[in-house]
Amino acid sequence: MDKHATFSNTWLATALIIPQLLLVFVFFYWPTAEAVYWAFTLEQPFGGSNQWVGMQNFQTVFNDSKYWNSVIVSIIFALATTALSLIISLGLALLVDRRLPGHQLFSFAYFIPYAMAAPAAGLAFRFIFAPSAGFMAAINEWYPNLWNPATNGSHALLLIILCQSWQSIGYNFVFFLAALQSIPRTLTEAGAMDGASVLRRMADIQIPLVAPTLFFLIIINLTDSFVNSFGIVDITTHGGPARATDLMVYKIYFDGFKAQDYSLAAAESIVLMLLVIALTFFQFRFVERRVHYN
Amino acid sequence: MSNISIRKVRKTYDKNEVVHGVDLEVAAGEFVVLLGPSGCGKSTLLRMVAGLEAITSGEIAIGNKIVNKLEPRERGCAMVFQNYALYPHMSVAENIGYALKIARVPKVERNEKIRSVAETLNIADFLDRKPAQLSGGQRQRVAMGRAMIREPKIFLYDEPLSNLDAKLRVAMRLEIRKLHQRLGTTTLFVTHDQVEAMTLADRIVVMNKGIIEQVGTPLEIYSRPASAYVAGFIGSPSLNMIKGVLNPETATITLNDGQALQYDLKRWPNLHAGEIIAGFRAEAVSLCNSSKSLTLNPQFIEELGVSRQLHCELAGEQIIVTSQSDHDVKAGIPLHVTIEPGQIQLFNAQTGVRLETEVYDVDASVTQIRKAS
Ligand SMILES: Nc1ncnc2c1ncn2[C@@H]1O[C@H](COP(=O)(O)OP(=O)(O)O)[C@@H](O)[C@H]1O
Ligand SMILES: [Mg+2]
Repeated sequence: MDKHATFSNTWLATALIIPQLLLVFVFFYWPTAEAVYWAFTLEQPFGGSNQWVGMQNFQTVFNDSKYWNSVIVSIIFALATTALSLIISLGLALLVDRRLPGHQLFSFAYFIPYAMAAPAAGLAFRFIFAPSAGFMAAINEWYPNLWNPATNGSHALLLIILCQSWQSIGYNFVFFLAALQSIPRTLTEAGAMDGASVLRRMADIQIPLVAPTLFFLIIINLTDSFVNSFGIVDITTHGGPARATDLMVYKIYFDGFKAQDYSLAAAESIVLMLLVIALTFFQFRFVERRVHYN
Repeated sequence: MSNISIRKVRKTYDKNEVVHGVDLEVAAGEFVVLLGPSGCGKSTLLRMVAGLEAITSGEIAIGNKIVNKLEPRERGCAMVFQNYALYPHMSVAENIGYALKIARVPKVERNEKIRSVAETLNIADFLDRKPAQLSGGQRQRVAMGRAMIREPKIFLYDEPLSNLDAKLRVAMRLEIRKLHQRLGTTTLFVTHDQVEAMTLADRIVVMNKGIIEQVGTPLEIYSRPASAYVAGFIGSPSLNMIKGVLNPETATITLNDGQALQYDLKRWPNLHAGEIIAGFRAEAVSLCNSSKSLTLNPQFIEELGVSRQLHCELAGEQIIVTSQSDHDVKAGIPLHVTIEPGQIQLFNAQTGVRLETEVYDVDASVTQIRKAS
């Protein structure tokens, strides 16, 4: 028997998928095509139709040291947020999975940050970590200049890393918890009978068994840190100080809408898109296939 | 080898009590089977011994040391789970050797032990495979290997054979018994299968809804079930039981349809008239044509080769009768039989408790047995 539900009525099927296709077309394929067009052309100084310039925009992008700075900052940001967020959320999920009293409350609390809009989270972090007013102000009293994201680039980068990780912990937590709960309880019980302590059971049994989820989340988090970090940067640091937090996605926005160079911004967004496509391809091609036990 | 003492143990899940004060002594080296239908609290009791489930009240002692507060690893028990619970990401060798790895046994020694255990269980050829690449029976052996390798003080089995097909189940049953003979480790074995219990146990503990109905050797439980409940659970086929009214003057039990069974007045000389349950084994029924015979209606016939099981209707209840294969019996044609009065057992109609011989009356017998137990 065929496992898929099939429509014998082709017209009805078409009618049903058209709204979705239209949405994808209008909000994804069309802008993408537009970006490709922009990336290979230049605007005339005084209006008129665009002029085809081939790879010139890309050359400008790749010859710009500010762009490479942005790539490096983005990579550090992506790796750091992914690692931080995954480690913390896996830890929390392992604890909640033990079903100690009150665990439902904790699951709820851990998931909440994900439901918060990036600018709101950014604003909260801006206040919490404001060197002169927030929580860090008290620490700055004792150790002056220990923390000042407005002038210290590493501090600013750390600030957006913390903010982004904090936001994605909820999402990762839910995936990890679901994966942990799908491990038969008798496996950890067998581990307990074999003499393994709680930590040992986590390391030897639970974490290896959630490896498929872990790899999936690594890719999702990396992708997300590349493309979904605009809001945080825009609210907290504006890419500064001295371009220390100038993520690729923020630079695109800045070059396009602040510096008004659409062609440059379009070329940059094509590069970012290729990067994300490569990550996704890697995910489907290698990760999804490799880590399965049964 | 250690003894286990279970004293007044209760278990409550969210205000819902599922084990109601169980007392049980298991001697060192004994093989005890917990038998009962699904949901009667066998696993819960076993898991409390293992330390996987908290004890709500009461005490469990292993080797005379109270273990209520001890972690599973401090209790010296090894457990075989119903679904085997093998670690899917580890090879067979890693599965078996995991406990030793935790105990920091050096690798060379560990590998030696894994090999010797695997050889005893005939799985030495599969050491490099993952559990997913094994058949049910092989997985079962790996699970046993994992328990054996630690040389535990106590083996706990939770329905380890119920996922196997019938033939394999019989074979593994034999191996578990052999293993026990060789190692002599104290064993608690949970099952809902009375054949498994009868064949494996030194003593059987029959459980019902969180209490113990009877503790005894397989033969004791088979020949003198303490209650109608136990009688209905043990033996294949189980004891036939039928309700009737006892008449001490004629030493008969009148059934619903007016037919009467004779019971042995010498064993129960002082019973009062009243409702009663009569029990008899399928083999106690003999086919004949005497005037005192009972009439049964055979409904269908199971041919077993050596003998036949006749599923019959008597006074509106289902009973099973064993007959030789050469008797000419047909479904639908009434059958005349007699039952030797000495083969009739009696149970209290209200409580289901067995009436021991030489007691005054039905109600007194109940209180007497209650006091005794
Ligand atoms: N974790 C649990 N939470 C709540 N009730 C449970 C739990 N485990 C078992 N029970 C209940 O306890 C009773 C006994 O269960 P169990 O010991 O597994 O029975 P058995 O092993 O004899 O089939 C059942 O009614 C079951 O529903
Ligand atoms: Mg059970």
